[in-house]
Amino acid sequence: MYVAVKGGEAAIANAHQLLADRRRGDRSLPAISIDQIVAQLGLAVDRVMAEASLYDRELAALAVRQARGDMIEAIFILRAYRTTLPRFGMSVPVDTAAMKIERRVSATYKDLPGGQLLGPTFDYTHRLLDPSLLTDEPVAEPLRRPVDEGSMMRVSDILSGEGLIEGDGQMPQDHVPGDLTREPLEFPLNRDLRLQALARGDEGFLLALAYSTQRGYARTHPFVGEVRIGTVEVEMDIPELGFAVSLGRIQVTECQMVNQFQGSTKTPPQFTRGYGLVFGQSERKAMAMSLVDRALRAKEFGEDIVAPAQDEEFVISHSDNVQATGFVEHLKLPHYVDFQAELDLVRRMRAEYETRAEAEKTGTMREAAE
Amino acid sequence: MADLATYNFAYLDEQTKRMIRRAILKAISIPGYQVPFASREMPMPYGWGTGGVQVTAAILGPNDVLKVIDQGADDTTNAVSIRAFFQKVANVAVTTKTREATIIQTRHRIPEETLSAGQTLVYQVPIPEPLRFLEPRETETRKMHALEEYGLMHVKLYEDIARNGHIATTYAYPVKVEGRYVMDPSPTPKFDNPKMHRSEALQLFGAGREKRIYAVPPYTDVVSLDFEDHPFEIQHFDKPCALCGAEHVYLDEVVLDDKGGRMFVCSDTDHCEDRREHGHAGEMLARQEAAE
Repeated sequence: MYVAVKGGEAAIANAHQLLADRRRGDRSLPAISIDQIVAQLGLAVDRVMAEASLYDRELAALAVRQARGDMIEAIFILRAYRTTLPRFGMSVPVDTAAMKIERRVSATYKDLPGGQLLGPTFDYTHRLLDPSLLTDEPVAEPLRRPVDEGSMMRVSDILSGEGLIEGDGQMPQDHVPGDLTREPLEFPLNRDLRLQALARGDEGFLLALAYSTQRGYARTHPFVGEVRIGTVEVEMDIPELGFAVSLGRIQVTECQMVNQFQGSTKTPPQFTRGYGLVFGQSERKAMAMSLVDRALRAKEFGEDIVAPAQDEEFVISHSDNVQATGFVEHLKLPHYVDFQAELDLVRRMRAEYETRAEAEKTGTMREAAE
Repeated sequence: MADLATYNFAYLDEQTKRMIRRAILKAISIPGYQVPFASREMPMPYGWGTGGVQVTAAILGPNDVLKVIDQGADDTTNAVSIRAFFQKVANVAVTTKTREATIIQTRHRIPEETLSAGQTLVYQVPIPEPLRFLEPRETETRKMHALEEYGLMHVKLYEDIARNGHIATTYAYPVKVEGRYVMDPSPTPKFDNPKMHRSEALQLFGAGREKRIYAVPPYTDVVSLDFEDHPFEIQHFDKPCALCGAEHVYLDEVVLDDKGGRMFVCSDTDHCEDRREHGHAGEMLARQEAAE
């Protein structure tokens, strides 16, 4: 006998209890602490901060732990918290030229003021599983050099000194930067909003799009002008004081991509730029972002729009992994009412088809008999 | 990090509620028009009713009585989850009785019982744009609405008939609102479309991921698109509900065994229970009683 399914509430509560159990895992092992996640899974924490658009390592680590290491789930948890926070102001643009640098590499110059600094990179490591990490063997202290207080000139500034690259670009005097977390997006976007969307866009999605431009779907002839990672000061104008005060320092990764040149009868030829800026240490994301940013500027440069990476509405509408995962996964919610409607139609159409087939058959039989 | 968060009544802060209410007022003023709004990240995933939840949160008051249904039922998991959410963050009275509710949030159904003046039906909408599957670009579809250029939709319906002999749209069947905007009624079966027409209740539609709100104010014309020689018609079921014997209601098909056994029961669980309480019995119920 059919009994209408009841007790959804109890089932949900039980499922969540089981989830909590699985999250904690084997109770004979110590629970992983937030400090440990911040310290030892730092790049996971950075990705969550970047794509949740919230710079807070502890909260991001909490989200990673709560999500059992599922990055998109962690990003979602942190975003849902972020959206409840009041927005009390806007910082002045961060000055990445004044960055305290931990890593900086340029692919366009062999050497340049400030030099090449490898910093903490996976580059040139041999990806061999390291048995020493199976146990907690002591790790040597890193070598340090005296802190260089001078700021490290950006490669874009070196090139723009000669007029060889387009400048930083100007927004109209009265332009207020958009905020996609407070206003619905309306296409076409200004570049500020587009960069915002890319900065919180899914790393994997942007990586794939960036890769597609390298393989010929809207090729942009990129060179890494530079990638730099370090801390920058965040300052905010306080109207009552009349000057900007420092709120603290944050770690960011910046990528300046130098791209194919443009020129016309009016402007001399010069290189163009793609830009990437991401919270924390995330070189892959910053580089992918700068490639996609450049591809999306196609219209600005009068380039033909022929590939997905150049299509702003396509890229920005699908770059948000929290939106994407929600909508893809919602397919597991019950849809039986709609499915019933489809079933009904398909059955009706089949019945009509069979009647027709039957009629044709009797028709032919009659003809044969005649 | 210690004091993580305290939430406002109905979760959203008052600024956000005001923003959503403005969008709702605009939507009511232009029936069927999709108003962009600054949809927030909600603590449930996009695609799981965040638009409806934001609309409900913006209009909910402490004296409201809330009913939440999914697939017509109060006890489907997502309906349970959303109801529990509002109990937690707004501490409002909840009900499963259609006629007791002041606000009904729904996914995929309109209750069988006719709604009355003063009630508000809040729909969860996945894709608010009825033209989306004909034209994927928002920039284009907005233009088409502005110019009232709906020929493409009629061509689609015509092609359905030419190919299949039927209009192959069985849910989210497009409607024209007050003679102007073509609107997606959300993925309700087309069976429910006639209930929207000149309804006494206010109907609000929230699409969180797509950041759109639209509305059908009370007593508004809502006409399903059709052709003179292929008039719109709703689904008909051959049998009444197996539990309450109701006819002319929408039924769910339940698979009973692996031998092709099927039964059809009301999708609207409240309607079904109400009828059974009033002594109506369908085939299955009667058979069970006879066996006892």
